[in-house]
Amino acid sequence: MIKKRLFMQKMCFSFLRMAVLINGAALAVILYFILSRGWRAISWEFLTQAPRDSMTAGGILPCIVGTISLCLITTFVALPIGVASAIYLNEYATQGKLVRIIRLGINNLAGVPSIVFGLFGLAFFCIVLKMGVSVAAGGLTLGIMTLPVIIGASEEALKSVPNTYREASLAMGATKWQTIRRVILPVAFPGIITGSILGLSRAAGETAPIMYTGAVFFTPDLPTSIFDEVMALPYHIYVLATAGTNIEATRHLQYGTALVLIVLVLGMNLFAIILRSKMRKKLRI
Amino acid sequence: MESNIKMRTENLDFFYRNFQALHHISIEFVQNRVTALIGPSGCGKSTYLRCLNRMNDLIPGITVKGKALLDNQDIYDPSIDVVTLRRRVGMVFQKPNPFPKSIFENIAYGLKVNGVKDKAKITQIVEKSLKQAAIWDEVKYRINESALGLSGGQQQRLCIARALAVDPEVLLMDEPASALDPIATQKIEELIGKLSSKLTIIIVTHNMQQAARVSDRTAFFYMGKLVEINDTDTLFTKPGLKQTEDYITGRFG
Repeated sequence: MIKKRLFMQKMCFSFLRMAVLINGAALAVILYFILSRGWRAISWEFLTQAPRDSMTAGGILPCIVGTISLCLITTFVALPIGVASAIYLNEYATQGKLVRIIRLGINNLAGVPSIVFGLFGLAFFCIVLKMGVSVAAGGLTLGIMTLPVIIGASEEALKSVPNTYREASLAMGATKWQTIRRVILPVAFPGIITGSILGLSRAAGETAPIMYTGAVFFTPDLPTSIFDEVMALPYHIYVLATAGTNIEATRHLQYGTALVLIVLVLGMNLFAIILRSKMRKKLRI
Repeated sequence: MESNIKMRTENLDFFYRNFQALHHISIEFVQNRVTALIGPSGCGKSTYLRCLNRMNDLIPGITVKGKALLDNQDIYDPSIDVVTLRRRVGMVFQKPNPFPKSIFENIAYGLKVNGVKDKAKITQIVEKSLKQAAIWDEVKYRINESALGLSGGQQQRLCIARALAVDPEVLLMDEPASALDPIATQKIEELIGKLSSKLTIIIVTHNMQQAARVSDRTAFFYMGKLVEINDTDTLFTKPGLKQTEDYITGRFG
């Protein structure tokens, strides 16, 4: 009897362990694949110059700058609105039918395919608001796409703040806003920031939402205003791999670009993790 | 006599949606005296306590009827500013709940949210409050360290100091020692005795010895009703009702 139970336990643990291994292996394979094929493309020139010779040579500086500026606009749009929405939903709004419907809406927004966001951005920001294909329109589109992720992460972070902190603060004659500003937000902040950065790093790698709204096939110039069009890393990979002038000859450039994108995204995630552990240490949670 | 009544309720009813949790509670709390609220779990004593600083307002779907008066002013009157009320009627909770801030910032918090900006004044009140709560000597060398590094008993005294910093007139204590060991409990009880010379204290406890030790008057609650209230000595030695006697002698509850 005991043997049977122990056997069962071993079996289940092995299964769980295998699931984790597969997970880790997938990441390792992807990283190895891109690293082994892309590292040769990486050079100072690759990182600091514009593409030349119909994008078969030169660098990807406009793409790096483009992706970073799109990301910045996305952050400026989505972070404040997302965090503010989460604070309202979690701290102020009376939990009832209306809030449930709003939450349902936000969750559904998270499930909308990214190409639909791209088409919406084209119709609304580029055409109706006359922004044209620009960093602003692309960043706003990515921002809307990222909003539900940021709201979700922020709400989770706010929910994890013990109610006893709210009570203690209110019982001392603090207003609700003072309680939120001085007690709840500092505690929730690490969670909000990491969740948000993860969402933003996801947005940095998106192609579909920006291909009609912000990113263009080729422009050697760096953007000088938010109404300029830009090149972007994910779109550049897509272009080189499917519509370039010489797909085979630019393979190493494709992998090189992918490598830069991955390093950028992983770098953001790493930054988020370090930031969180630093802030947690400061709060001593 | 009338002028000595700091706080009182008249026929206070309390409802969670359709459930009536408190029935016609009328109690008078004498200034600078300790009143203990005792009774079995779920009898409504904590709910009643939280009516006195309107902490129950945070729960959706509640209704309060009847009157609760602080210095003869109805605290449920629409003209009352609940933020000011809570500054005047402080609260200490069952589980120590210091903020994840430094010891100093924990105490200074109440002052800052109430608009005190003078740093020297804040420092002075922080020290005074910590001394009042009998924890100054234990924390004076680590005042800028996190409050979460303190022991449970120290944390609770810190919370008392934090409540005292905004100079409340009434202090509500909701089973303040129930999460603490006997030595920490004893310190809290000694503290209650000292504080009662300056404050009106209302303490909820499920520990009858504690009620007998710290309070001047004791109110016995059962099933949302006030069964009996009297001077603590009288209530424990000559309870007026059989129900009270059964409870304090441990026959039920």
